[in-house]
Amino acid sequence: MKENKDIRVVVGMSGGVDSSVAALLLKQQGYDVVGIFMKNWDDTDENGFCTATEDYEDVKKVANQIGIPYYGVNFEKQYWDKVFTYFLDEYKAGRTPNPDVMCNKEIKFKAFMDHAMSLGADYLATGHYAQVVERDGKTVMLRGLDENKDQTYFLNQLTESTLSKVMFPLGGMDKKEVRRIAAENNLATATKKDSTGICFIGERNFKSFLSEYLPAQPGVMSTLDGVVKGKHDGLMYYTIGQRQGLGIGGEGEPWFVVGKNLKENILYVEQGFNHDSLYSDALIATDMSWVSETELSEPITVTAKFRYRQKDSKVTVTPIGDNKVRVDFHEPQRAITPGQAVVFYDGDVCLGGGTIDDIIKNEQQLEYVG
Amino acid sequence: MKPIYLDHAATSPMHPDVIQAMIPVMEGTFGNPSSVHAFGREARHIVDVARDKVAASIGATDKQIIFTSGGTEADNMALIGVANACREQGKHIITTAIEHHATLHAANYLESQGFEVTYLPADESGAIKLADLQTALRPDTVLVSVMMINNETGVMQPIQAIGDLLQSHPAYFHTDAVQAYGTEEIDVNALGVDLLSVSAHKINGPKGIGALYLADGVRIKPITYGGEQERKRRAGTENVASIAGFGKAAELAMQKRTERKAAYQLLQDTFISELTIAGIDFSINGESGQRSAGIVNISFPGTNVESLLMNFDLSGVTVSSGSACTAGSVDPSHVLKTMYGDDERVTNSIRFSFGYGNTAESVAEAAQTVAVIIKRLTKGKE
Repeated sequence: MKENKDIRVVVGMSGGVDSSVAALLLKQQGYDVVGIFMKNWDDTDENGFCTATEDYEDVKKVANQIGIPYYGVNFEKQYWDKVFTYFLDEYKAGRTPNPDVMCNKEIKFKAFMDHAMSLGADYLATGHYAQVVERDGKTVMLRGLDENKDQTYFLNQLTESTLSKVMFPLGGMDKKEVRRIAAENNLATATKKDSTGICFIGERNFKSFLSEYLPAQPGVMSTLDGVVKGKHDGLMYYTIGQRQGLGIGGEGEPWFVVGKNLKENILYVEQGFNHDSLYSDALIATDMSWVSETELSEPITVTAKFRYRQKDSKVTVTPIGDNKVRVDFHEPQRAITPGQAVVFYDGDVCLGGGTIDDIIKNEQQLEYVG
Repeated sequence: MKPIYLDHAATSPMHPDVIQAMIPVMEGTFGNPSSVHAFGREARHIVDVARDKVAASIGATDKQIIFTSGGTEADNMALIGVANACREQGKHIITTAIEHHATLHAANYLESQGFEVTYLPADESGAIKLADLQTALRPDTVLVSVMMINNETGVMQPIQAIGDLLQSHPAYFHTDAVQAYGTEEIDVNALGVDLLSVSAHKINGPKGIGALYLADGVRIKPITYGGEQERKRRAGTENVASIAGFGKAAELAMQKRTERKAAYQLLQDTFISELTIAGIDFSINGESGQRSAGIVNISFPGTNVESLLMNFDLSGVTVSSGSACTAGSVDPSHVLKTMYGDDERVTNSIRFSFGYGNTAESVAEAAQTVAVIIKRLTKGKE
C-alpha cells in the first residue's frame, strides 16, 4: 500500500469555502495535494471585474495558507461546447436544463479529471457533499451526510470507474462543521458567501442573461381551456410549477405555470398550488446512467428525486430500451419538469439518474408540459 | 529533485553583493533625498552614486538617467511621455507586435487617445525586418519603439540598424533593453537610441526599481505629477535602498557581462544537448534568429502548455510560458502568434531562461526531467 504522502490528489478549488476545506483536510491527512482552479466562464465587465479572477485570487491565498501548490486551467471552450450549448438548446426546446449535472459529467469529472491524471494524480477531489465507499468490492456513491447539502443529485451521471478515482472529503460532514474548520484555520474563504444559482449566471438577473443569447418571443398566457389570462415574455423564462413573476393578480388562489405550447407560443397557467394539471403519475427518462455501469434488466422499486433538495418519493423503474426508463410514481407527483434530472436511490446509495423527457398521466403523455 | 529555477527572464535572484549594498541603507539612511538637511543629503548622495553606476553601465551620463518603479513604468513613460510632448509634430508611432505588454498596452492606450500606431510583425526568425520599418515610417512618425531582446524567445532585434536608419528621420528611437541589460554590451551613443528602458530585478537587483535613459534634448512630458524629483520628470520620493541595490547590480552587470554571457550560453547549450540525447521531439522557436544566451523558447509537439507548466513545476523544473496568465489560464503568446500564426507551437511552447545560481549539472538534470515528462505526456500519441 502506498503511503498518503505518495498519493497525489488534485483538488478542484473554486475559491469557495467547501473546496478550501476539502484541500485542507486532505493536506492534514498527509496526501500530496495539488490545488487547481478551473475557469469555465468569462464575465469580465466594463470595469475589468471578473468573478473568476476574484475567485482565483482566493484560491491562491488559501492554497498558500494550506501550503500546497496551485494552478489555474482554462476550460472555457469545452464548457461552451459541452454545457452552455446544451443549456441553450434545452431552453430553445422549451425545457428547463440542469447545467450543473452536465458540467459534472462533461467537465469536472471528464476534461478536468483527464487533466488531473496527466499531472500524475491518483485521485481527483472536490468539495461536493457526497460519499464514495467500497461495498462488496464495488465502488458506490452515498448521499452526503448533511441531508440539507447532499449533492448526489448533481453527480448522478458519474459511474463506478470514475468514482473509484474520486474523493469527496466533505461527504461525511455537515456544512456548519466545514465553516467551523475554515474559521479555526483562518482560511481566507471562511466567511465567503456560498455561490447560488447557476455558476455562469451568478447573482445576475436570469431573464436578462438569457435574453443576451436567445431571442425572447412574447406571447399569450392562458388556461388549458384557452381562457387568456395575460401575456408572457418568452416561454424560456418560465418553468413548470412556477408561481412568481406571472403578473396575474385578483381573486382567489395564486396562479402557477402548468405547461408550455411551443408550437403556438402559449404559456399555460392554472389556479391553485394543487391544481390537478400539475400532477402526473409517470415519466420517461432518457440518457440513463447507472453508477454500477450495469443496465437495468427488470423493473425495480426504489426512491427518486425529481428536483434538487426534494424529498425522496417511491417509484418503480422499468427499462424500456435505448438507454431509457419508465418511472412510475407510487403517489402522483407535482410539477415534474422536462429537462431536469431524475435520480434514483436505494437507501443511502445513489444508483444513477437520467433526464426527464416525457410526462405521463392516466397513461397519456402530457402534451401541454412540452 | 531539488527545484531548479529556470525562469530568470521573469525575475532573478538578488546577488549577495546587492543585498549587502542595500542593508546599510535600510538600517542607517532613512532621509528624504529632497530634504534640505544632513539626513537628506546623505540619502541624496546614495542616489547620486547609484545613478552614476547605472549611467556608466549603458554609456550614458548621470543627468540622462530617470529612476522609475521598473521596466514597465520606464516603457510607459517613454511612449506616453514622448507622444504627449510631440503631438503637435505628429501622431504616428511605430512599434512591434512582439513587444512586452508594458509597451504594447501603452501603445494601445495611445491609440485610444487619438494616436495612430503601426505594429511591425516578426517572421519565423523572431525578428522584425528593417524593410518593414522603412515602409512604415512617415513624416508624422514621432516615435519608434523596438525592444532589444525579446523576453519570450530571446531573439535579438536589429537595434543598431534601426538606430542608423533613424539618423535621417526626426522620430525618436526608444528601445526596451530590459532583457538585454544583463548580458549585452549597451552603449546608447553607438546604438543611436534616444530613450532606453532597463530594470534592476532582471539583473540580480531588487524589484520595484528601474530606469529610463533620456538623451539630451529629448522632449518628454511626465506621466506622474507631484514633487520635483528626477529633475521634474518623475514625481515621488525616491526608493533609496532599491536605488542603491540597483546601482550595485548595474555595476556587477557591467563588470561581468562577458563572463555571464559565456556562462549562460554554456548552460543553454548543455540543456539543449541533453534534450537531444534524450531523443525527444522538440524545436527551438526563432531558431534562425540571433538569440540571447540566457533565453531559449522550445516547442514540444503533441503537448499543451498548461499541462507542461504544471508537470514541470511539480517535478521541480520552474519555468514559464511566454505570457502571463489571467485567472490561471495561459493566453497563447502574442509573440509566437506573430511569428507562427495559428501553428500548434503557440500552445505547446515553454521558455527556459538561465542565470545566476544555475550550474551545468543542475541544468542537465532539469533537461532529463523535462525529457521524462515529455515522453510520458506524448506516449501513445502521433
